[in-house]
Amino acid sequence: MEWDWAFVREIMPTLLEGVKITILATILGSALAAVLGLGIALLRRSPNRIVSRTVGFLAEFIRGTPLLVQLYFIFYVLPDFGLLLPPLTAGVIGLGLHYGTYAAEVYRAGIDNVPRGQWEAAKACNLSAGQTWTHIILPQALPPMIPALANYFIAMFKETPLLSAITVLELMNQAKSVANTYYRYIEPITLVGAFFLVISLFSVVLLRWLERRYGKVER
Amino acid sequence: MIDWSGYLDLILQGALVTIKLTLMGSVLALIMAFLAGLGRLSRFFAVRALATIYIEFFRGTSIFVQLFWAYFVLPLLGFELTPLQAGVLALGLNVGAYAAEVVRGAVQSIGKEQYEACTALNLGRWQGMRHVILPQAFLTMLPTFGNNAIELLKATSVVSLISLADLTFQAQVVRAQTGNTLVPFATILVIYFALAMLISWGTRSLERRLSRGLDGVRV
Repeated sequence: MEWDWAFVREIMPTLLEGVKITILATILGSALAAVLGLGIALLRRSPNRIVSRTVGFLAEFIRGTPLLVQLYFIFYVLPDFGLLLPPLTAGVIGLGLHYGTYAAEVYRAGIDNVPRGQWEAAKACNLSAGQTWTHIILPQALPPMIPALANYFIAMFKETPLLSAITVLELMNQAKSVANTYYRYIEPITLVGAFFLVISLFSVVLLRWLERRYGKVER
Repeated sequence: MIDWSGYLDLILQGALVTIKLTLMGSVLALIMAFLAGLGRLSRFFAVRALATIYIEFFRGTSIFVQLFWAYFVLPLLGFELTPLQAGVLALGLNVGAYAAEVVRGAVQSIGKEQYEACTALNLGRWQGMRHVILPQAFLTMLPTFGNNAIELLKATSVVSLISLADLTFQAQVVRAQTGNTLVPFATILVIYFALAMLISWGTRSLERRLSRGLDGVRV
């Protein structure tokens, strides 16, 4: 089987449509994961044992099971309970939930790295719990986490082809439908790989920059 | 009322395939990790370059694309693979690339004085690696290897998409035959989680065993 450049040109617009959806899913999923992760990290520190234990176990459970099965669960099981989600929404929720549990670990480490003295100083200044979090702890804890979070978001980007299994028309699904129409697999599947490789290599450069910009903790 | 006993049998068969894939994939990943991880530390530029290309390529493209490439494109180039072979190959090479970085990091974390001691004892490069560096580095690698094995277990769910009858695939079969979605998917989620717990318990006890007698030697 020969590599056919004319065929590549022909299928390019379809694949680019898929790239758009892939990037959209990654961005929405990352935003959801960033918020959920913070929520999970804060709830795990709750003084209420029942809350912190339950959230801790759920996060552990989500992290220990495959994303694909979770996507199936959201897409196929939730409609039985009256919650019918469009494929892309289900995919974004799945990605956000799965990577939110990873992000929670990053937040936990970042929050633990804020020196004790800062907590004590906040207490000495008579700040409330909410004020302590928003004005003292999070502004110090967040910047050093950025590279680690970005790392997980790149990993999430590479998992987006799984969304094709719940009928989201992202890059992989477009490639598969093109391949099934023309009975040529070599170009579409190889191009999907090339797209991912190129975007990943770019994001590695971005990650290095983030590490230089935010990774160092100024004390 | 649905009689679940026959379906349970189906799910258990799937579990067996998942376990087989995880074990075989892990063995391949371990071999690749040591080859590529030590390759990146080689004296020879060609070996270093080859190892780096392998690692960046497999970390840069997603497991999903690699699996599809192995299953759909390799046959066109003359390598006919069964779904199981394609699955083990893609999983092993993908996770091996991640684990290779773990091997490299662990070997580099061993103190300079250990290498100097090797030279002082007149050990060759390979002898020093085999008897002094690797036994110490392996202990550092173990916890991360455990996490990698769990990632591999979770990635096995993707092989259901190339029609290999693993847990996820069998759950889909049960869903198609019974029309019930909650029971099959909830069951396999629990099985995946139990397997992940088993892996993390296994690595923890192996770590305890291997570090016996090393108290005080290691920091």
